[in-house]
Amino acid sequence: MTSLFQLLIYGLVLGSIYALGAIGVSLTFGILRFANFAHGDLMTLGAYFGLSFVSLGWPIGVSLIPAALATVLCAVIIDQLIYRRLRREAPVILLISSFGTALILRSLVQILWGPNNQVYRSGIQLPWRFWGLRLKPDWAVILLGTALLVVALHLFLQRTRVGKGMRAMADNFDLAKVTGIDTESIVLWTWAIGAILACAAGMFLGMDTRLHPTMGWRLLLPIFAAAILGGIGRPYGAIAGGLVIGVAEELSTLVINPAYKTGVAFAILVLMLIVRPTGLFGGRA
Amino acid sequence: MLNYGIFFLILVGIYGVLVLGLNLQWGYAGMFNIGVGAFFAVGAYASAIVTTPLTSEHLGGFGLPFWVGFLMAVAAAGSIAFLIGLITLRLRSDYLAIATIGIAEIISQILRNEGWLTNGVRGITRIPRPFRGWIPGQDTLLYLGLVLLILLVVYWASERAYRSPWGRVLRAIREDEPATMAAGKSVLKFRLQAFVLGSMIMGLAGALYAHFVTFISPEAFQPEFATFIVWVMLIAGGSGNNRGALLGALVIWGVWSGSELLTNRLPAQWTTRVGPLRILLIGILLQVILLTRSQGLLPERPPKPILFASGGRRQDISRNRDPAG
Repeated sequence: MTSLFQLLIYGLVLGSIYALGAIGVSLTFGILRFANFAHGDLMTLGAYFGLSFVSLGWPIGVSLIPAALATVLCAVIIDQLIYRRLRREAPVILLISSFGTALILRSLVQILWGPNNQVYRSGIQLPWRFWGLRLKPDWAVILLGTALLVVALHLFLQRTRVGKGMRAMADNFDLAKVTGIDTESIVLWTWAIGAILACAAGMFLGMDTRLHPTMGWRLLLPIFAAAILGGIGRPYGAIAGGLVIGVAEELSTLVINPAYKTGVAFAILVLMLIVRPTGLFGGRA
Repeated sequence: MLNYGIFFLILVGIYGVLVLGLNLQWGYAGMFNIGVGAFFAVGAYASAIVTTPLTSEHLGGFGLPFWVGFLMAVAAAGSIAFLIGLITLRLRSDYLAIATIGIAEIISQILRNEGWLTNGVRGITRIPRPFRGWIPGQDTLLYLGLVLLILLVVYWASERAYRSPWGRVLRAIREDEPATMAAGKSVLKFRLQAFVLGSMIMGLAGALYAHFVTFISPEAFQPEFATFIVWVMLIAGGSGNNRGALLGALVIWGVWSGSELLTNRLPAQWTTRVGPLRILLIGILLQVILLTRSQGLLPERPPKPILFASGGRRQDISRNRDPAG
């Protein structure tokens, strides 16, 4: 029973990281109309920007801010240099291009920071113990940080003009355009929000495990599974989707070899796409 | 130098087979497969398992002749593609792409973790090279002959398929799926056929690779080299065009090998960064191609449509369009 709770709690931690990545994927898919395969590697880049500030001696929480800004800058530059010129092409051309961007980002990370595993903080963190459960303090930071970011995102989407514009574009692109919403600036905001959350997700993942140039790429499948489960273009659905995938992956290790956890995300993804392609909360097919 | 040339051409030939397989799936039928490396690996392992001498390190070691290995590679890649295709080919192209990432990841985990089958990360050694000792010292040259022969056969068959009614249906599905369905074609069946056939070709390329390098491990099938570069070859050459696919394999492998000459001049402290630097170069090349010439070097040229013998109407059209007439 304890091991079940243990897995459940770790599933929520992992699910929070997935959720933060999935929101970005869901927004770009909903607003820019293409599956951004470089999102996982944007997470990697954010995590490594974080490492650079942490190695200056800054605390991780403080490092998140400049790292997120640097990630936003990169995302906007990539959009202006490449994706903006391809917006008139078929979405699948953008997909191929994002596949190339993913490789470019990954090789840049390898060139700048090296190909080996790295950590934010060496040494072992003593876990808290409650009723036989072992909880790492970092997990509390990750869960709390995710909750804060989600609340901030909620206020942004509900209260600001840009946030409302983003939701309008995700709901109905053409209608949003004729209403006079400045679509190009909304696109930039979408990249900015996606990049901030990607950087946070990457840094949380780096805190929980370690940094490696392929850390983000390997998360791409669960993140897309979460975004599709929650319904494309639905940030709130993506959060729920992330938590469901995270918990399902962890619980599956009770019965299958942990190396095949990816298979769980894959199974949920394919099942969902066949049975209910609009997602649990009715996004776009 | 001559040896380097033979080496280079063998790899171009193997990549050529791989790109032709992908062209059948993406170029003809518009199916987005990012799991190329997985089918390539399945072919390589299947052939290695049945042709290696007796061993206790992994399954098999049956010591069968290489052509049995090639058949096994095609059969294994084809049957896995059939099972995967049954569940995923209903999906739209971008969702299929995401699903194939999952398949590639699962297969690569199987290669790493199922030691009884694949010897895990240590890989399979002593894969026999065909023709060894037939003409002393010339076995790579003979192997090049085999690679080119297989490449030619696959190219010829692909060209035939492109011009056949079957190829026409695939292009119709790519361009307009509902219309093809309305014309009474079973979209799923045609997709499944193209997916399985393309994957069989990729499996064959895997077997060619395994018997050339004689040692395989999961490291050899990293997505960068087994999937990404194959896509760049097809996009650069021109998807839908078989000659373009082969030209792409030659040009991109040339750029890739040429970049080694450049990176060799870098100072010694850069040695660990040379690999990513070359991938960066290929990534940038892909973006430049997409931005400036997204059709590729040799754009697709579908056969001329068959016009029915209602001559009068055609003449009317040409008269209207010809300013001089």
